[in-house]
Amino acid sequence: MAHFITIKLFASLGKYAPADHERYRIESGISVRDLLNTLNIPEDQAKLIFINSVKSTLSSVLKGGERVGIFPPVGGG
Amino acid sequence: MKRSVVEAIEKRSMDAVFPDKDVFRTISVDDVIALSDSFSVKQREIEIFALENSIIPNRYARNVKSFSCKDQAKLLKSKVSIAGLGGLGGAVVEMLARSGIGCLNLIDGDKFDETNLNRQLISCEDLIGISKAQAAKKRIAKINSSVEIFAHPEFLDRTNAKNLLEGSDVVIDCLDNIETRFVIEKNSRELGIPFVSAAIAGFSGHVMTVFPQDDGICTIYGHAEDAPQKGAEDSTGNLSATVMLIAACECAEVYKVLLNKGRTLRKKFLAVDLIDNTFEIVRL
Repeated sequence: MAHFITIKLFASLGKYAPADHERYRIESGISVRDLLNTLNIPEDQAKLIFINSVKSTLSSVLKGGERVGIFPPVGGG
Repeated sequence: MKRSVVEAIEKRSMDAVFPDKDVFRTISVDDVIALSDSFSVKQREIEIFALENSIIPNRYARNVKSFSCKDQAKLLKSKVSIAGLGGLGGAVVEMLARSGIGCLNLIDGDKFDETNLNRQLISCEDLIGISKAQAAKKRIAKINSSVEIFAHPEFLDRTNAKNLLEGSDVVIDCLDNIETRFVIEKNSRELGIPFVSAAIAGFSGHVMTVFPQDDGICTIYGHAEDAPQKGAEDSTGNLSATVMLIAACECAEVYKVLLNKGRTLRKKFLAVDLIDNTFEIVRL
């Protein structure tokens, strides 16, 4: 069975968003770090990771069905 | 003394009507200024006396269906520090002055330049090269002369933060770099002052409220020693619409913290991206 997630990349990370970010196919059991590697997002740009609106980490595991948000460090005012 | 001031306020007050037809007693801006002069009492104290006697200064008439008279008086008794008077800070100052926060403590050592004009509310073509703190002070005086203003045309840093922030009821982070945010947070924490933090980059921004006992901004930036000095804004720029929206969110947090009402973004984080209208509250 195929597994899908939704990916929301904020600010400067928007350029890494795949065309199918609303329904992005994954292997169930991959970590957020695996996802970053696949999307070529530098780890130091993924300081704030949230899964289904709860703060998560690079090692959090994705099963499918999640909404993953990633914010880079942002300091403008 | 107070009795004679209140009697004079009552004498000058008049009936007025809210848009929903409720009737209230009000006092005009000119009368507040005149009473302040004749009794040598600060304008905001005249307004506080009025509110304590259910007389609503006309300038706050559109506040008091959301704030009670007691709430408005509390705001007038409050001191809020704003660190950074650029995009976020300029808009925050504008909103808090109009809201009737009694005392605004303004901190920024910078001067306006032409690249500020796209988003920094206080910046104007004829203010290029002028101190942001001094310009903000003049702007507030024009908007609401009842607000007491302390303008510090200096950059907040490790050496002066405690002196600059002491005595505040809330500190607002409107800075343009990540490094100094940790300095404000550390000093607010040590002084026991709640701290509202926000940052923007391009169409995106975030807001959170930190109380002294909370984990704070390391939950979004990582530990201070590992955090970059600047963020994504260097590659995305800063847009006016994002700045104004996020500044408004910071002000709403200030209202709620000062008045202890509603639900704040404490231990949470509002993530916004206007490019696709994402508004997400994240539990930290």
